[in-house]
This record gives sequence, structure tokens and C-alpha cells, in this order.
Amino acid sequence: MINSWLANRFGLRVEKQIHVSPWISLFIPFISIVLALLVGAVFLSLTGNDPWKVYGVMFKGAFGSVFGLSECVVNAIPLLMTGLAVALAFRMLLWNIGAEGQFYMGAFAASWVALSFPHAPAYLVMPGMFLAGFAGGALWGLLPAIPRALLGVNETLTTLMLNYVAILWVDSLVYGHWRDPQGYNFPLTAQFSDAATLPSLGNTRIHAGVFLALAAAVVVHIILKHTVWGYEIRIIGESQKAAKYAGINVVKNILLVMMLSGGLSGLAGYCEVAGITHRLQESISPGYGYTAIIVAWLGKLNPWAIMVVSFLFGGFLVGGYTMQSAGLPAATVSILQGSILFFVLAGEILTRYRICLVERRNDQ
Amino acid sequence: MSEVLVDMRSITKRFPGITANYKVNFQVYRGEIHALLGENGAGKSTLMSILSGFYRPDSGEIRIRGKKVNLRSPREALEHGIGMVHQHFRLVEPFSVAENIVLGTTGRLQFYLNRKEFADRIARFAQSYGITIDPWAKVWQLSVGEKQRIEILKLLYRGADVLILDEPTAVLTPQNVRELFQTLRQMADSGRSIILITHKLQEVMEVADRITVLRKGSNVGTVFKKDVDERELTRMMVERDVLFSTANRSHDIGPTVLRLEGISVIGDRGIPALKYLSLEVHAGEILGIAGIAGNGQRELAEAITGLRPVAGGRIIVGGQDLTNQPASRFIEAGVGSVPEDRLGTGLVPNMNLYDNVILKDYRKPPIRRGSFLNHRVVGEKASRLVSEFNIQVSDLSYPIRMLSGGNLQRLLLAREISLQPKLLVASYPVRGLDIGATEAVYRLLIELSNAGTAILLMSEDLEELLTLSDRIAVLFRGELMGVVSTREAEIEKLGLMMVGSLAMEGRRA
Ligand SMILES: Nc1ncnc2c1ncn2[C@@H]1O[C@H](COP(=O)(O)OP(=O)(O)OP(=O)(O)O)[C@@H](O)[C@H]1O
Ligand SMILES: [Mg+2]
Repeated sequence: MINSWLANRFGLRVEKQIHVSPWISLFIPFISIVLALLVGAVFLSLTGNDPWKVYGVMFKGAFGSVFGLSECVVNAIPLLMTGLAVALAFRMLLWNIGAEGQFYMGAFAASWVALSFPHAPAYLVMPGMFLAGFAGGALWGLLPAIPRALLGVNETLTTLMLNYVAILWVDSLVYGHWRDPQGYNFPLTAQFSDAATLPSLGNTRIHAGVFLALAAAVVVHIILKHTVWGYEIRIIGESQKAAKYAGINVVKNILLVMMLSGGLSGLAGYCEVAGITHRLQESISPGYGYTAIIVAWLGKLNPWAIMVVSFLFGGFLVGGYTMQSAGLPAATVSILQGSILFFVLAGEILTRYRICLVERRNDQ
Repeated sequence: MSEVLVDMRSITKRFPGITANYKVNFQVYRGEIHALLGENGAGKSTLMSILSGFYRPDSGEIRIRGKKVNLRSPREALEHGIGMVHQHFRLVEPFSVAENIVLGTTGRLQFYLNRKEFADRIARFAQSYGITIDPWAKVWQLSVGEKQRIEILKLLYRGADVLILDEPTAVLTPQNVRELFQTLRQMADSGRSIILITHKLQEVMEVADRITVLRKGSNVGTVFKKDVDERELTRMMVERDVLFSTANRSHDIGPTVLRLEGISVIGDRGIPALKYLSLEVHAGEILGIAGIAGNGQRELAEAITGLRPVAGGRIIVGGQDLTNQPASRFIEAGVGSVPEDRLGTGLVPNMNLYDNVILKDYRKPPIRRGSFLNHRVVGEKASRLVSEFNIQVSDLSYPIRMLSGGNLQRLLLAREISLQPKLLVASYPVRGLDIGATEAVYRLLIELSNAGTAILLMSEDLEELLTLSDRIAVLFRGELMGVVSTREAEIEKLGLMMVGSLAMEGRRA
């Protein structure tokens, strides 16, 4: 009764904030994380855990030891590369949510080189894998770009669908005729030769891909800020009409940007197989390509911010893994991670919009 | 005296580096048409954006019907009956007229349940204000004048009784202006108040009851129309007399720069917008294109700049056949353009001045160095244009959407002129400019023409065309009604040609 009376009388309304002070935009993400942790704490105590202990484990697991930190970096590498890839496309208002599939196709193409030339020396197989990884992702990015550029077919759906195709394609290979005959029927390919694996740092799992990821951030920054091409990308992202007026070839740029975006994700896939798994296998990505969207968004499409955010998200993943090994059910961990994400994103929206309770007027 | 509806007291608003309004007092009575005058950048739009809830003042207070209010958003302002039509429209382009009008009102649900009935209601509602619209037309297909009518309807539909119109007539034809003024008068008589921002003094004298003049952010006086004349108003605005000098035009006409050979162009709605149009423009010549907006001017401008394909005929620029070539070829061939839609097409609102000054020549050295932009050269170019063309900016690295209308146009012209075009297509180049800026633009166009550039000038203002052009071509429904030399032109004849009741014999340029 009361409820329906309230609903009839009042409504919620979302308004765009006109002024967002820089203080608020720094402060809100911080508050959101604190709030998320509080909600998580309530949830944890309800399920009979000591929240402070769990948080302690999570934090220490991620940031409390050299090993933990190194694992953050390991997870940050693919996040950074796919995050940059997504941000580049978003800059031009191309909603590429296919980083996941492009990652898989890069991993597949690089693996193909490694497995086809098991005896080739490093100076041949390494660049070969690099190029193949890039090309695999780039082609997967190009595929939805063609109908988008020529016919205006919305890329959101097509890029998403191609993710499933790519993942299933890799599955079909590792379950099918790429399966390692000596692999006890696990869905894995044979291990790559030493020449085809990336060296790692000391006895951590951080591999040479970290330099590639950092270089990618620098390259994306330079492209956008300093090159003629980046200038075109920024104009198209701001106003297609102005771009056409300036004589910019929009079709060509859609194809190029989607190829570079896909290529970067493909390289992330290459790094993962060459640096971590050393073979192609099932579910090589725990959803990096999707998390990348959040990373890019929270980093406001800025390469440096994306670098920071992907490191934090790397910590987030590692913290989750440590909690699991400390005996917390995986589902609890996911819920906790989910609530943090939720609050951060909600806070982000609240900085840009204002929600108010309004009395309905009987004017209609 | 009648009731005070709006009372703004001692309003101050600062933006980084500039005080847009300083201790402004401003009152509006019920049922009056109140004109707000001032040079470009005087703070008119800012003051009205404060009244309509887009900005919040740094200090000062607003009373509406005697009650102190705190307007935190356009919606709250609208709830107090205040609505504003902005200088740059805020319609959702892919949506239909009806959808735009209903967007954000509580009638939305109902609308989707009953589209047909709703559209009829909108059409009838419009009709009651003497406005004819097609509720199903998509907004992006509409002309600027039509878009404006939709903006006004949108506010009326939401029950606004203080209507702020920011330079509404800048985009209208003389006929439309007359209709708009009739509508406004009718609304004022029924107890609504209208605040009208404009730069055209004769309009102020025609329609306003009272006039407030802003100068450099301060109110320099509110007067009754009957107590002043145009000259006095000018002096209040700029502290000097403005004289339009049309002298110093060298009329040296050179070789043909642009030749259109029977071009036909299809418009946005899929119907022919230009039919077998043939024209020639020569170096050093200004060819005026007269016609009521929506008779093919936009399509003509787009075709000549390579933004719209032609369905037939040929476009020849400086001897080169550029028919259906990409826009970049036109730019290379020396075609400059000042588009009708300045902010969004001619300029990129969210980018800074540096990025905007190189929009046309970023592909050419020395701005381009290999694959890179040479930021030093870009910076030099930006500062040079700013000082040479007297563009008022507080910081070159701010998004240019902050610039006032006059400064935006100056920036756009500065960029196009700096490229020393062979041909300049100028669409309504003084729209929204104050008298000082208008004078400056006229001078720039004349200098450019004296330097040998061929200029195609589109305008709805016959006076303007007669002052500037050597010849005037009249467009009606996409057809050329004739070309007359300005010396022999008669206003009445041109007027008749513009409405299609008179065509010249042997229509060829
Ligand atoms: N959002 C903003 N940020 C910074 N400066 C602004 C902003 N809006 C306006 N300004 C500056 O404030 C001054 C007043 O601008 P305003 O748009 O109110 O002028 P105006 O009188 O409407 O001029 P015009 O006739 O050209 O439209 C200008 O110098 C303008 O550059
Ligand atoms: Mg203004």
C-alpha cells in the first residue's frame, strides 16, 4: 500500500551533472572502494568469516610480498594490453567488446607458429610468433570492422559474437587434432620449444611481455597525442561531420583502428601463451578481454591511467586467488569482487549524474 | 507596472580567466518581450544559462514570482516555468520530431503506447501556435529553422511561461522571422514573457518592449524601446558608432575558378535538392546565392566542398574536374568553406584551439613532420591567428566550445583565410555576430576577394548580398531562377525570384 502510494507520488530521476569538480572525481572512486569493502565485510560476517582477516589475506596476498606483487604484474600484462586495445577503439566511438576473441585468435596464431616450427631458432620463431599474434588479433578485429565501415552494421554485437567463435575455435583445436598425444588426454597442445617461450624475470612468472605491454602504452599515447593519424582518430571520435569536412577518410580509419585494436589484444594472447602457459590450452583467459572494458573505462581511455588501473585490477585477481587458496569458496570471492566493481562503477556514474527524488506533477 | 516574473539580483559568474557576468541586475515583467543586447562575449548567454539552470552563479540571487529560488538544473528551472532555446540546439538527431518533444517528459510511456494519437496531438499543439510540423520527420533531416521551431515547441509543451530565445532569428528567413515574432507577440499577450537575445537592432526596434544592454559582463542599462533609437543602442553596446564601409573593393574579375555544369544533387530525404544547376564564379568575384533557407543552399555548399556526391553534371575547380572526388581533393584544390553548422562541422567543440586551427592543413608540412604533428609549428600558427584576427580566448588549450559565438566565427574564418583559398564557400558567415564582428567579417571577405579569391556567399539577407556581391544568383526549390548583376538588381525582383514567381529568361550563368 504505502509502497504503491510512494511510487505513484514520487519518481526517481537521473540528471547529468553539469559541473564535476576535479576533487570530487578523485574522491569518489576512493569512497566507492571503501563502501564496497564495508558491504563486503557485512556479507563476510554473515557467512561466518572475519572480514578483517579475509581482507588482510587478500591485501597481503596481492601486495604483501614480492611474489604477490609479481603476480599482480603477471595479471596486469594482459589487462594493460587489452585495456589499451579497447581504449583505442573507444576513442573513435567504436564499441569493440571483442578483445576477448581477439586475444584468443592472437594466442592461436602465435601457437600455430610455435607448434609448426618446433626446431626453429629463437630469432626466427620469436618474431614469427609476434607477427602472427598481432595478425591473428588484427584480422579478428578487421572482420566486424568491414560491415561497420561499409554498411554501418553495429559493431557491438558482431565483436561480441566473434568472441564465442574464437573461444570455441581454440577449444576445438585443443580438444581435437592439436591435442598433445603425450598429454594424458588433457585439452592442451604440446609444450612450445624453449626458443618459442618468453624469458621470465628471476624466479617470478613475470615475463618479457611486460616490456611489450609498457611499450604498447607508450605507443598508444604517442599515436594519439603526437601523430597525424592519432589526430584523425580524435577528430572522428569527437565529430564525424567535422572529420568529413576536414577530408578525413573515415572508412579507412575504422578499418585501421579496429585492426590495431585487435592486434594489441592478439599480442596479449601471444604473450600469455609464450610467457605463461607455454602452450595453447583451454580457457587461457579468465575474461581479460571483458575486464579490459572496465579497465579502459575507469582509466578514462588515458594510457597512463589504464596502466595504473590494470595493475590494481591485477591485484584484485591475485587477491581473489589467495582467498581461494585460504579456503574461502570461489563463489564468495566472486561476490566480493563483483561488489567492489559494482561500487566503483556506480560511484563513477554518480560523479557524472545526480539522482533525485521528485514529486510527480499531475500535468499529463 | 505589471508583475515582476523574474528578478535576478547582483549576479556574478566567473569562468577560468574571465568574468562573464558581474553584479548584473535583470528583471522581466509578465507579458513583455525583453530584448537582451550586447557584443559577442558580453555575457548574454551566460546570464540566461544561469536563469535556465545550466550554470549556477558564483553570487547573487534569483527570484521568480517574488520567491527566492535555487536553480540547480534545467529541469528545476523548467519546473519554475523557465525554458531556454540555446544558440546551439540540443535535439537528439536520430529521433523524430515527436520523440524529441516528448523526450524527458512524463508522457513518454503513454507515447509509446499510442504513437499515432500522440503524433496527432503534437501536430495539433504546434498548429495552435501557428507552426506546421511533420511529427515523424527525423530531426537530422530538418533545416536549421525547422529545428528551432521544434526547440520552441518542446518548451511550450512543457509549460514554460518564461521563454528564453538565444539568437533565434540568426537562423531564420525574413518570412520566418516575421512569423516567429507574431507567435512571440501572441504568447506575450497571453501572459508569457519572452527574453530575446539578438544582434539585429531593427528586430529589437520591431518587437521588443524593453531592452537590456550588457557590456563586458555588466548591465549598462535597461530601457523602454520607445525611449531609444538604434544609434543609441549601438553606443550603449560598443561605446562608439559603427560604420559599414563598403568601399575599397577592387572589382578585378579574373579567370573562372569554379564551374558547375548542370549538377543535380539528392538531398537527405532522398528527393532532388538541386536540379541541373550551372554556375561560374571567377577569381576576385563575390557571387551571392540568394534564396530562402532549404531551397538547396546547404546541398550546393556540400557538393562544392566534396561532402555530397552529385547525381549528374560536373564540378570543375581551377580547371580540374573534381566531380565526386573525396573532400580532401577539394581541400587540396584550394576550396575553403565556412559551413552553416560551425560548431560540430566547421569546428570541433570539445577540442582545443590548437587542434581546431589545423583541421584543414594537418596533412601538409610543416605542420606534419613525417607521421608526426609538429606541435611547435601548430602552436605558432594558433598564436598567430589569435592575434592577427583578434580572437578573444583566455587559454588556447581550453575546449573551444567555451568561446562566444563571435569568436568562434572569427576562428573559423581565420583558419580558412589563412589557407589562402582559391575559392571560399561561405554559408551565412555573419549569423549570430554582433555589429562589430559583422563589420570585421565583411572586411575580411572583401580583403580576401581583393586578393583574388573567388567567393560564393550564401545568405538570406538581401541587403547583405547587395552590399557584398558582384552578382546574385537566386535559388528556388533547387533550381536557378537567374543570375543578376548587383548593379542592375532590384530588391523586389529578387524577392519574387526567391519565392519562385519570377524566372529570368535563358537561365544560365
Ligand atoms: N563554460 C565556459 N567556460 C569558460 N568561459 C566561458 C564559458 N562560457 C562562456 N565563457 C566566456 O564567457 C564570456 C561570455 O560568454 P557568453 O557566451 O555569455 O557571451 P555572449 O554575450 O552570449 O556572446 P555571443 O553573442 O557571441 O553569443 C566569453 O568570453 C566566453 O568565452
Ligand atoms: Mg551567446
